[in-house]
Amino acid sequence: MSKLGNIGAKLHRGEVSYDFIGKRKLWFSISIALIVISLGGLFARHLALGIEFRGGVEYQTDVKVTSSTVGDFTSAVKATNAKDLGDPVVTTVNDNKVRVQTRPLSQDDIAKVRSAIATEAAVPVDKVSTSQIGASWGSQIANKAIWALIVFLVLVFGVIWAYFREPKASMAAILALIHDVTITVGVYALIGFDVTPSTVIGVLTILGYSLYDTVVVFDKVRENTRGITGSNRFTYSDATNLAVNQTVVRSINTTLIALMPVGSILVVGTVVLGTGPLKDLSLALFVGIAVGAYSSIFIAPALLATFKEREPGMQALRRRVLAKRGATATTASGTPVPVAAGAAATIVNEPSARKQDRPKAGTPVTSSRPVKSSTSAGRPQPTRKPRSKRGK
Amino acid sequence: MATTTTSRPGRLLIVLAVILVILFGVMGLTKSWQPKLGLDLRGGTTITLTAKSLAGGGQVTAEQLSEAKNIISDRVNGAGVGESDITTSGRDHINVAVPGSNRDDLVKQVGQTALLYFRIVYDAQAGAPLPPTPSTTPTGKPSTSATPKPSSTIKPPSTPATTPKGRAWSSVLSGATPTPTPTPKPSTTPTPTPSTPATPGAQLPKATGDPLKWTPDATTQAAFAAAECATIKKDADPNRDQPDKPLISCDQQGQYKYLLGPAILKGTELSDASAGIPQGGFQWQVNLKFTGEGGKKFLDATTNISQRGQGQNLFAIVLDGVAISTPSVTNPIPGGQAQITGSFSEPEARQLANVLKYGALPVSFETSTVETVSPQLGGDQLSAGIVAGLVGLGLVIIFSFLYYRGLGLVVVLSLAAAAALTYASVVLLGKSIGFTLTLAGIAGLIVAIGITADSFVIYFERLRDEVREGRSLRSSVETGWTRAKHTIIAADSISLLAAVVLYMLAVGGVKGFAFTLGLTTLIDLLVVFIFTKPIVTLLARTDFFGHGHKLSGLDPEHLGVERLPGQMKPTGRPASKSSRPTRKPVGGEL
Repeated sequence: MSKLGNIGAKLHRGEVSYDFIGKRKLWFSISIALIVISLGGLFARHLALGIEFRGGVEYQTDVKVTSSTVGDFTSAVKATNAKDLGDPVVTTVNDNKVRVQTRPLSQDDIAKVRSAIATEAAVPVDKVSTSQIGASWGSQIANKAIWALIVFLVLVFGVIWAYFREPKASMAAILALIHDVTITVGVYALIGFDVTPSTVIGVLTILGYSLYDTVVVFDKVRENTRGITGSNRFTYSDATNLAVNQTVVRSINTTLIALMPVGSILVVGTVVLGTGPLKDLSLALFVGIAVGAYSSIFIAPALLATFKEREPGMQALRRRVLAKRGATATTASGTPVPVAAGAAATIVNEPSARKQDRPKAGTPVTSSRPVKSSTSAGRPQPTRKPRSKRGK
Repeated sequence: MATTTTSRPGRLLIVLAVILVILFGVMGLTKSWQPKLGLDLRGGTTITLTAKSLAGGGQVTAEQLSEAKNIISDRVNGAGVGESDITTSGRDHINVAVPGSNRDDLVKQVGQTALLYFRIVYDAQAGAPLPPTPSTTPTGKPSTSATPKPSSTIKPPSTPATTPKGRAWSSVLSGATPTPTPTPKPSTTPTPTPSTPATPGAQLPKATGDPLKWTPDATTQAAFAAAECATIKKDADPNRDQPDKPLISCDQQGQYKYLLGPAILKGTELSDASAGIPQGGFQWQVNLKFTGEGGKKFLDATTNISQRGQGQNLFAIVLDGVAISTPSVTNPIPGGQAQITGSFSEPEARQLANVLKYGALPVSFETSTVETVSPQLGGDQLSAGIVAGLVGLGLVIIFSFLYYRGLGLVVVLSLAAAAALTYASVVLLGKSIGFTLTLAGIAGLIVAIGITADSFVIYFERLRDEVREGRSLRSSVETGWTRAKHTIIAADSISLLAAVVLYMLAVGGVKGFAFTLGLTTLIDLLVVFIFTKPIVTLLARTDFFGHGHKLSGLDPEHLGVERLPGQMKPTGRPASKSSRPTRKPVGGEL
């Protein structure tokens, strides 16, 4: 654990750093690939919609499951001759429950099927739980979910804008959000998990979670980039990358902590109850939180940096930073740092850049403030006159 | 930095203590220690109905929905079900929650469209056997005469308010007609297993031709003679009240049974109904207004009925198969407007008007979901939820101790404070606004453990960052807090926003989930501000934490620094190069 603490400290100081932003093309490619696969899966395989979306009746009761359980219950249900019964689907849950699904039936037929199941399971009728869903219920849920999504996106856009005073942050956060939801839905389509209203709740909850993480990272970005144009040491991307590095331990911790309760709902829900809202909800949350953590580290800050780097002010900053680096690098090693690589050459290169700085102290560089050699830090430090002597 | 928070962490802790004492005090006073559990956790039937307007547009108004709720309440209560809970949700949903899981009949009753018809009364008798005394009906003295007198008279609005005939009749059964709420009779058995092979309505032959010319045949007469109000009520079949068939109906108290002809008018042909005192009058009456077509039919009907002579000139207003009013008609009523007079009290008149007005509104119910959970499954779900919660809590606590060592204690205490607040809130909200804890709600609570712990992580990481930047622990506690609290507020606001949006747009179980998620987010904010932060401030003053004990989680090794800043070491200052932060964050603050 203390090792982790060490890493945390080094990440914080920027001694150890991973170039999250510089490799954004890689992350973007991965995400685009994931999204394409998700959408492909969605169109090719569709979602395995639960009975709540199709309409129908589900019965569940306790019974000691044996090898003949499914057959016994199927014939028992068919023997009721309920109108429009279709083919009842009988499944066993763990080894102590049986679940029967039929198409929508009339009230009388539901009662008939229910008592047939009770007889077969040798339990009183009121021990058979039923769940009866009208055919249009699913579309109502879906409509509501879509509305919730739209309203939420609009509100979040506004809130993040108000909080960060930066529409680009809103845009990045929302794109990351859409990314998370798309991939989560894709996972559902590809693996074929049942989609129930509980799943929908789960997916909608992911929205909040994913944003929670993103907001924390963006908050650090904002802190790091305050007054960034006043110096010429870091581009916006550099500062963002540092922010991601500084918050990555926190992101991992919060994600782990969030996944622990969700995971326990998932496991307990599946083991004890076999199926039902607990499992559906926690599965969606589990997938979504994991994807959300990925996006808040790799995607959202990179998107923000990409958007911000298009601003003239930030481009000017980048030119100044690159000119400075170029100058130091050229004079130090004789090989100029290519500009294209310069975009990616961020803090990862810092330790070496710093070493190069030392002998070159005093080299004229474009800087907003005078730089002079300072032994304590081992590299040139910007200096500033005391306020009383500045005269401004 | 020296804010009140810094110097007086004790105050905030006292505030929290006071809040907890008050909450638990109220719980003690109201003797409510258990949260109100949803039916999916204790067994029962939950029905979600979607109200649909039949008159195009599909959207029902809030008034229609609330009247629909009342109609359903009447039906459920009429079925003798106790402890039922009927609520509206959203713009078009009505939730009916009934404990006990064997309620197939109830689903039928509840889900039917409210049907309002005007029918001609052919015969009326006491709905024998009369319920044994004591009667719970507000009638006072139930009349036992075989033929009930109509309680009210209907007449055109222009007619002077007092017609001698009408007045004479209206007094007999005054008060018996529109009862504000039908009371479930003690005699009604709670398990309505239909004893009669078929409902009376089903036996009756279909009427052909003009409903005004219909007369009961022998079969119908026999069925009517055999009918008993108690049986009719119990067997309430959604399809019983068919407009083209005669109907055997009872009044709301089940004291009189009526043999009614086919419907002469539908509720939809009534355009408005209101209660009021006419100018110059002193008694409440109900004013009716018909649509153009309805007005014509009404004129025909009243022309026909008024010729039938005393005792025969009655028609019945039937809602859901129950005769809610049986006024008499003395004159043909043209012009599409009429009044029902009688000795109404104000609430009676208003209720009748409402029933007419909204019962006439074309709202149909679609049974969207019916969930019947056996007590066994409910118990399983409850225990699964509790187990999942405990396991999740345990994992988070173990992780906190492993990662934050001594600070893990703060996490545990904070979670305990949050848990106490949450429990008290859930119990008291159950008591005050009827909030029920469902399985989804429990899931929300468990998921919230993560959210709550997240705030601590944000603060602790911040705290450690500050120490790494070279601040003393005590000052880190404050500077770290100033920065962390903004992040925590921003992040929690987003969570809260998500919960509110989910709640507003949610249906069914989602609501419980969103509610608990929002509630716990608020509690998280409260706990972080008035518990976690002050506790950390206090702990930072102790030797164990303040001097970075090996197990405190704030020891130099754990933080990855060589030694804690601000702590004098024999070697003295200045600090060696490597222990000083080699670089401040970009745009470094302070």
